[in-house]
Amino acid sequence: MLVFLARRLMQLVPVVLGVSLIVFLMIHVIPGDPAQLIAGPEATPADIEVVRTSLGLDRSLPVQYLTFLGKAVTGDFGQSFRTGRPVIEEIGARYWNTLALGCVAMVFGTVLGLAIGVVTAVYRGTWIDNAVLGVSLLGISAPSFFLGILLMLLFSVSLQWLPLTGMGSWQNFIMPGLTLGIPNAAVIARMARTSLLEVLQQDYVRTAQAKGLAGPVVVLRHALRNALISVVTVVGLQMGYLLGGAVVTETVFAWPGIGRLLIQSISSRDFPVVQASVLILALTFVMITLMTDVLYRLVDPRIEIK
Amino acid sequence: MSMEASRAAEPNGATPALSLPFASAPSRSRLRKQWARFSRSKLAIPGGVIVAVFVLVAILGPFLAPWDPYENDLMNMLMPPTWEHPFGTDELGRDILSRVLYGAQLSMVEGIFSVVLAMLAGVPVGMIAGYVGGRTDTVLMRLVDVLLAFPGVLLAIVIVSVLGASLFNAMIAVAIYTMPIFARLARGATLSIKAEPYVEACRAMGMTHRRILLRNILPNIASTLFVMAVLRVSLAILTASSLSFLGLGAQAPLPEWGAMLASGRNYMLIAPHVALFPGGAIVLLVLGLNLLQDGLRMAFDPKMVER
Repeated sequence: MLVFLARRLMQLVPVVLGVSLIVFLMIHVIPGDPAQLIAGPEATPADIEVVRTSLGLDRSLPVQYLTFLGKAVTGDFGQSFRTGRPVIEEIGARYWNTLALGCVAMVFGTVLGLAIGVVTAVYRGTWIDNAVLGVSLLGISAPSFFLGILLMLLFSVSLQWLPLTGMGSWQNFIMPGLTLGIPNAAVIARMARTSLLEVLQQDYVRTAQAKGLAGPVVVLRHALRNALISVVTVVGLQMGYLLGGAVVTETVFAWPGIGRLLIQSISSRDFPVVQASVLILALTFVMITLMTDVLYRLVDPRIEIK
Repeated sequence: MSMEASRAAEPNGATPALSLPFASAPSRSRLRKQWARFSRSKLAIPGGVIVAVFVLVAILGPFLAPWDPYENDLMNMLMPPTWEHPFGTDELGRDILSRVLYGAQLSMVEGIFSVVLAMLAGVPVGMIAGYVGGRTDTVLMRLVDVLLAFPGVLLAIVIVSVLGASLFNAMIAVAIYTMPIFARLARGATLSIKAEPYVEACRAMGMTHRRILLRNILPNIASTLFVMAVLRVSLAILTASSLSFLGLGAQAPLPEWGAMLASGRNYMLIAPHVALFPGGAIVLLVLGLNLLQDGLRMAFDPKMVER
C-alpha cells in the first residue's frame, strides 16, 4: 500500500507542476504588460517600473516561475488588486464554504443516486424503471444554473419555504446542495443500477434468495454491498466535478465560496485572486482523485496493488 | 437501459477482417443492422426528432421569428405570454419567442464548432500517442493529464479569463476543455486497433505509418469518436451556455440562451417566464442529444461501455 501511495504521489508531481505552470503563465499570456496590469490603469510609468522590479517581473520567466512556486508553497499569492489584502486571506473562509457545499451536494447526490439506482434495478423493465430513468435523464440535461433557478422559483418564490440566497442557516444549504447534487445523483444512479444488476445475477445472490431471505435483505445486505465498490469511484470522481460546478451554483445562489470569488475576480481583473483560486481548486481536485484511488483499493481487496 | 442491450448486442461489425488498405464502404446489410440496433434504444428516435427540430429551427429561425429579436419595446416590458408574444417579453420588451428561435443558431454553433475544433486537435494527439507509444505517449498523456486536472468547467473559465469574455472565446475555451477527452479516447481506440493483425500486415506490406494511421486506424475508430462527439456536443452546449450565464461568453444583446437566463434571473420574482423559456430550450435540446447519443452508441459502438 505504501509503495502504491508513493508511486501515485510521484505521478502527481508532473501534473501539479503543469497545473501551476498554466496558472503562472495566465498573467503573462494576457495581452499587455503584466506590470501595467498589476499597477492598475492609472499608474504612471514610474509606478509601473517600481511594480516591475519589486515583483521581479524584469527577471527571466523561469526564474519568475520558480519564485511563484516557492511563494505558492508557503501560501503567498500576493495581494488582491481590488482590496489590497493578502490573497490567501481573501480565499480562506470561502474555500471552506465551497467544500461544505460540495460535501452537502455529495451527500444529496449519493443518497438520491443510490436510492434511484436500487429502485430502478429492482423494478427493472417496469414503468417505475422507465419513469425514474426519464427523470434522471432530465436531471443530466438541465444546466445547473437553470436547475438552481427552477428550485428558487419553486421553494422560495412559490412555496416560500426556503431563503433565496446567501448562507445563514442550514436551510441555505438545501437548494444549492440539490442544484449541485442532482446531476451527480443521475450519474451515480446509472452506475449503481448497472453494477447492482450485475451483482444480482451472481450465484451467491441466488443462494441467498434460495435460502428464503427476504428480497430487501438480499438486495440491501448482500448485493448492494458489492455493488458499492464501483459506486465509490464514481462518487469520488464526481466530487471533483462538484468543485467545478460550484462556480456556477455559487453564482446563482450568491454563495460566499471560492467559485463566486473566482468569477468576481475575473470580471474585476483581479489576477492574483484568480490565479490562487484556480490553483487551489485544481489541487483539491487532484487530491480528491488520489484519495478516491486509495479508497477504492481499500474497499476492494481484489485489486492488485501494482 | 443501454447497458444490458449493449452487452447483448453482437460484436462490432465495423472491424473489417482483412479488407486491407481501404476502409470498406458500409454495405447495405450493415446499415440495416445498425438501424436495427439504433432503434432498439426506444428513446433514440424521439431524441433524433427533437434534435432535427432544433436543427431546422437553427436554420429557419430568422424566418420563423415573428419579431425582431433585438427590437426594444419599452411600453411592453416583462409582459407575460400573450397571443401576440407567445413566450412573453423580456426586460427591454423584446419578444422572447423570437430570441429563443434565434438563439438555437448560437447554441448549435457553440456545440458543433467547439467539438469539431476539439476533435481536430485532440484526435491526432491521441492517435499519435497510442500508435507511437513509448516516450511520446508518456509525454503527450502527461500533458492531457494536466488539462484534466482542472475540475469541470474550470479549465474553460481559465481560458476565457485570459482571452477575454466573448462568444467566440467561449467556444475556443470549450474546445480546449473538450480536447483531452478526445485525445484519451482516440489513444485508447488506437491502441486496441493497433493490436489487430491486419495493422501488422499493413506494416509488413511496407505501408507508411501515416498511411496506416489515416487509412486503417482512423476509419476504424471513427464510429467511437462520432458517438462521443454527439455526447460532447450536448456537454459543449451546456458548458458554453454556463459560461455565457456567468458573463464570460456571449454578451448582451446576443440572444444566447445562457445569457438570456442570466439577465432574466434578475426579474425572476415578477416575471419567471423570462428565465423559463430559454432554460427550457436548453434542457430540451440537450435531452434530445443525450437520447440520440444513446441510440447511436448502440448502433455504432455496441462494445463501448459508458465512460
